[in-house]
Amino acid sequence: MTTATERHSPPEVDVAGAARTRHPLRWVASIILLVLAAQLVNLLITNPNFKWDVVARYFNAQVIGAGIITTLYLTVIAMAVGVVLGVIVAMGRLSQNPIARIVSGLYVWFFRGTPVLVQLVLWYNLSALMPQISFGIPFGPEFLTADTNKLITPLLAAILGLGLNEAAYMAEIIRGGLMSVDPGQTEAASALGMSRGRTFRRIILPQAMRFIVPPTGSQVISMLKATSLVSVIALADLLYTVQAIYNRTFQTIPLLIVACVWYLVITSILYVGQSFIERHYARGATRNAPQSFWSFLLFRRRQSAPAPTREETPS
Amino acid sequence: MSTPMVHARAVRKSFGHLEVLKGIDLTVERGEVVVILGPSGSGKSTFLRCVNHLETIDGGAIHVDGELIGFRAHGGRVHHLGDRDITRQRREIGMVFQQFNLFPHFTVVQNIMEAPVGVRRESRAQARTRALALLERVGLADKTNSYPRQLSGGQQQRVAIARALAMQPKLMLFDEPTSALDPELVGEVLATMKGLATDGLTMIVVTHEVGFAREVADRVVFMDGGVIVEAGPPAEVLDNPQNPRTRAFLSKVL
Repeated sequence: MTTATERHSPPEVDVAGAARTRHPLRWVASIILLVLAAQLVNLLITNPNFKWDVVARYFNAQVIGAGIITTLYLTVIAMAVGVVLGVIVAMGRLSQNPIARIVSGLYVWFFRGTPVLVQLVLWYNLSALMPQISFGIPFGPEFLTADTNKLITPLLAAILGLGLNEAAYMAEIIRGGLMSVDPGQTEAASALGMSRGRTFRRIILPQAMRFIVPPTGSQVISMLKATSLVSVIALADLLYTVQAIYNRTFQTIPLLIVACVWYLVITSILYVGQSFIERHYARGATRNAPQSFWSFLLFRRRQSAPAPTREETPS
Repeated sequence: MSTPMVHARAVRKSFGHLEVLKGIDLTVERGEVVVILGPSGSGKSTFLRCVNHLETIDGGAIHVDGELIGFRAHGGRVHHLGDRDITRQRREIGMVFQQFNLFPHFTVVQNIMEAPVGVRRESRAQARTRALALLERVGLADKTNSYPRQLSGGQQQRVAIARALAMQPKLMLFDEPTSALDPELVGEVLATMKGLATDGLTMIVVTHEVGFAREVADRVVFMDGGVIVEAGPPAEVLDNPQNPRTRAFLSKVL
């Protein structure tokens, strides 16, 4: 018997000292990418058409600052309109009332199905459709009548155009988040005698937030950039401001670079803010501690715990 | 004689065309432990969910502690109760689920305090003191600040029991509390439930644990096909079943 086992036993091997696998293709790809990067840096430095001195001169000009402030508060207000209205539309889509479901479904269908640029111009030209806007009892007496051209300023047209469009996207993100919460959670809350409102506020929404926050962060960044569309209705945001300057000075490229750098600065700040909010709502989501702030910032993947599946942002 | 804790009469319930409960009559006295056995699809879980109105019954009536559940009889007519009254009725009835359904974003102690503080308007200090006492009782005093996902299934289910008890219910419903657990974790949950039974809590337990039924139940009810086939003391129903369907079921699970 002993001889039989000895004959079949495999040779002595210890895998502890195994050589690392070589990846020649990774080296090739890395070298190509590094060469391309070097060319790009070279172009940025040596091409005189960038006119970096002009970029530096306008970078912190007061008029640019005013444009940035318009861009920022338009982003905040339009996003606020989008979130509040989005919650309402999402609740409508999940409602048991069939009319509410149909109306909110049509809302999403229309505002997601038409370009936001068209919606902006449409709001701006609302007076062509309705010269006067009245408030009163439907089909009854009117209490308040206003001239549409005076009522719909470029700013209001921008808020309506961007906010109502955003609400359609936010509604879908919020609806997806709410549906991702296990129905057992509602049952457990009901069995404890919690009201519907309290169940939504304390149990469902905090858990849905984990799925709502990441795509909403993308939406805020999209919104920041979408505000540049309002330059077509003569609202002095960041893009409109630089356009106004280069139409005068013909320094098109340097001024567009000023705008790009500012958009990048703001989106970077938003990205950091998003990471803090995500970490807050990750409480109890995994067995391990939440992902560290730096690993989030450096695009590192979670190591041990399975990453939660994330809803892709509709585009 | 005082009013029974649960009085169900001719309870019917359908999902679409499928009639799940075909006239259930069951009375549970105060302090009594009733175990409902039966094959899956027999309607036993559905019946349990009707008792606290998680499901709306289609016919018959369920009274808990003398109060009609989910409806209001007024001047010879019956009306559905509003949300406010339904939540008020549910506060008095604790429920433990097969899948635990703990709130994953709250710690253990927050899970237990949520309803007493938010629904019964207890002070946080008072709710916390009782939550800690309840955790002691279910043997999890050291897990106070853990999140549910950091606990084993058996520990989660014991927290769920503590959470239900924190509302000081007069009736506890257990919907297959050990069915989602690994075999070695079943014992700790059953021991906790046995403790509650000894303390005189009125309980309705839907389970497949025949051993628990034999040891703890005052009465065993056997359901099949939406009706109660047989009911009586555990010794009678489990050891000397009269109905062939009960016999067939017991021969499979024992």
